Amino acid sequence: MTSLPDGTRVFPTTRPSVVEAVAGTDPDARSRAFATLVAVYWRPAYLHLRLKWRLEREDAEDLTQEFFARAMAQGFFEKYDPARARFRTFLRSCLDHLTANARRDERRLKRGGGAAHLPLDFAGAEQDLALAGPPAADDPDALFHREWVRSLFTLAVESLRAECEASGRALRYRIFARSDLDPVEGRPRPSYRELAEEFELPVTQVTNHLAWARREFRRVVLERLRELSGSEEEYRVEARELFGMNPP
Amino acid sequence: MTWMPDATVAHLRRVADWPDLPGDRLEVVEPIGQGGMGTVYRARDRALDREVALKVLRVELSTPEWASRLEREAKILARLEHPGVVPVHDVGTLADGRIYYLMKLVRGQRLDEFARTVSLSETLRAILRVCDTVGFAHAHCVVHRDLKPANIMVGAFGEVLVLDWGIARVAGGGEDAAAPAAEPPQGRPDDTAPGTVLGTPGFMAPEQALGAIHLVDERTDIFALGAILRAVVNAVPGGDSAPRPLVAIWERAMGAEPAARYPTVRELSAELTRFLDGLPVQAYREPVLERIARLYGKYQTPILLVFAYLVMRLLFLVLRGL
Repeated sequence: MTSLPDGTRVFPTTRPSVVEAVAGTDPDARSRAFATLVAVYWRPAYLHLRLKWRLEREDAEDLTQEFFARAMAQGFFEKYDPARARFRTFLRSCLDHLTANARRDERRLKRGGGAAHLPLDFAGAEQDLALAGPPAADDPDALFHREWVRSLFTLAVESLRAECEASGRALRYRIFARSDLDPVEGRPRPSYRELAEEFELPVTQVTNHLAWARREFRRVVLERLRELSGSEEEYRVEARELFGMNPP
Repeated sequence: MTWMPDATVAHLRRVADWPDLPGDRLEVVEPIGQGGMGTVYRARDRALDREVALKVLRVELSTPEWASRLEREAKILARLEHPGVVPVHDVGTLADGRIYYLMKLVRGQRLDEFARTVSLSETLRAILRVCDTVGFAHAHCVVHRDLKPANIMVGAFGEVLVLDWGIARVAGGGEDAAAPAAEPPQGRPDDTAPGTVLGTPGFMAPEQALGAIHLVDERTDIFALGAILRAVVNAVPGGDSAPRPLVAIWERAMGAEPAARYPTVRELSAELTRFLDGLPVQAYREPVLERIARLYGKYQTPILLVFAYLVMRLLFLVLRGL
């Protein structure tokens, strides 16, 4: 763990792995870990079913619900072995297996299989799908990975926004959002000077706020990544792929 | 919740590690390269309205040891005031404690890319410039230890710059007597993996590859220069049939034992100059026929003129006799 002069954490502390907790015996920890997994993976899973398996919207919704319901009830994730694959790959294999079985059985999926429904924004995912147009001819791994990174980043940004608002640093988040998050549609992103004029701040303050927010964003992503990794090695590989860096 | 578009994801992946520069004089534009220790960014100096290069210690190497190594690199560059060494403008510490230094932004091609676009003699002249720079460093007791085509840049106006002095050794500095032996680099072939790689396989002398740090001296760089010569000559179109004297030069430079190599860069340089001037080189014992061919190549015009004169003279004598 490294701390910056202003107390900001550069590298994440070692937090309990969600992957371990979801297969553990503590019901509370298991439930929290499961919620985290659903938050990160439901959208990659749903889009994987829609684009790779070409399921109809309703079938993909049903199967996504069923997949997570069964994973929790039947302990899919307990079988995960970090030595054999990344957790992300394992989860996608489980999903593929379930989908292949459903097709083989030629049964129409019953909504949720009797399990409690998860509040997932399928309509929003469909809207994004429509906006993005037909997908490129990616391999299934690349598509799943891209959606997983999108989930990870989107949740990290949400978490950063909440942290900034709670700690009275909303301005920092707004500068970050304006500089790095707002869609630019082919135009260049605003320069430091333009941001300074817009927020009526000195350029130095803009660069400081922006650097702080970017560092915090990276910290949150790495924290989440470590939680979601099946092993330390997996975490290091994922971090290197995401940011081109070797975590300590 | 709004799910971010692909362009935003890509942008965040790029900027998450960008340096937090003090003051408002500099503005980071984009990352342009990554080495073993640091990431290099293109930045704009607002006060002088020019672009500069900014090298920042990689986030994951934020330890006092690596910080001091990067600072040492900046000091070595500052010490080597030579046209073949990138000038350093400033060194400092970011708000997050990381060391950075500012230097001239180098634009150009890597030596191996340059070699593919020019003649063999132009490539050899660029290598001679590299030899000048390395010889200058040796005169200042600095051994580069990571010479390779990727660390040599040829600019648009023919300037040749030796880059990445991050693992250079200053004689008497004793800075890394316990440095680890080389291991295969991670990531791209041109990367130097932090903390594990001191040198690059293929360009590293045996004593360096074995971690025999006490044996590393100027001749270690001479080995690398020989390896560079071999690599770039083979990259030149038709380089598979390199002239035998040139092969002999790089073979001598790459001798397994340091004592078998050229003792100084100046002598390697002199050999290359002799080759370029069409003179015999010391590393190669020339057979008679090759010597005749070389002399013919060097003195082709006067030989042809004398020959033409003799033929005309002979014709004249024959015609007069008739």
